[in-house]
Amino acid sequence: MSDNSVAEEILELADDELLIGWRDSEWTGIAPFLEEDVAFSSIAQGEIGHARALYELAARELGTDADALAFDREPGEYRSSPLVELQLVPDWARTIARHWLYETADAIRVAALKESSSPEVAGLAAKIEREEAYHRMHADMWAERLRESSERERFEAAVAELWPYSLGILPDSQRDEFRAKVCETLGRSTPAADPIERGGHTDDFLPLWEEMTSVRRSVAGASW
Amino acid sequence: MIWEVFRQEREGQPFQHGGSLEAPNLEFAEAYAREFYGRRNESVALWIVPRDAVREVGEPYVADVFDRDYRRVDGYSIKVKLKEAREIAAKSAGALSAEGSGPDARAGAE
Repeated sequence: MSDNSVAEEILELADDELLIGWRDSEWTGIAPFLEEDVAFSSIAQGEIGHARALYELAARELGTDADALAFDREPGEYRSSPLVELQLVPDWARTIARHWLYETADAIRVAALKESSSPEVAGLAAKIEREEAYHRMHADMWAERLRESSERERFEAAVAELWPYSLGILPDSQRDEFRAKVCETLGRSTPAADPIERGGHTDDFLPLWEEMTSVRRSVAGASW
Repeated sequence: MIWEVFRQEREGQPFQHGGSLEAPNLEFAEAYAREFYGRRNESVALWIVPRDAVREVGEPYVADVFDRDYRRVDGYSIKVKLKEAREIAAKSAGALSAEGSGPDARAGAE
């Protein structure tokens, strides 16, 4: 693998982490209860921290800096997967369905990155994995709680709706493992679905990009 | 459900009440306790207890009815005694190290 293709792969992950962090942070102040507000905001912050570390790594390969990668690209240049672009607030069931699907898929791709031939990539993946373990515990406990609650149908409908999107997070080679994990938790086979691949963007992306980059674009070239 | 959280700041220190939190079950309570009291390295260990499990001991507490001040050590100053003891200890340590010229010499003397 050439350095640039490693940088591309890192950028996909970085864009996903930045956007899921951004979307999760939309719950700050309005989560179902105070403790969860703090916990979910902290997870959002954690994801953005991972994005920063990944952008820094990619920026070294690409000869730029993390802020430029995060905020100076045109909408069409982002490599995010459609799953993380969806605006789900104020629907907690769909938010948890996405959180759970995302963390389950993310664990597979981060574990694969740990085996990278680049020691820098492998080292960062190991660091990210330590924190993602807590995100995953949080996602698992919520998924279990909703599945065992009176909102079970609502949660499962959300999982079914988001399932094709979640397949798009991973390259084809990692999807069988993902299917098996989701299937194991749900206790039934996952629906056959055409993955919604990265490359295109959902309608929710442009407004998000505009908000996310607005401060940076307000004074071009300023040093913050 | 309300949970009381106790945190230990350093190994060997007593647990102290950190605060309380609301969580529907033990698993959530653990996650939130970790989040609120553990993620900034401010604790080496945490205990969580359902508030319902905490029993307040009612009055009357067993208090002294008679004057037994002599049982208590407050009022006696040991500062002066401690200072003298330290000086004596320092002097004898000095005398010891003057005898030999290091650990090897001392080992030889034994």
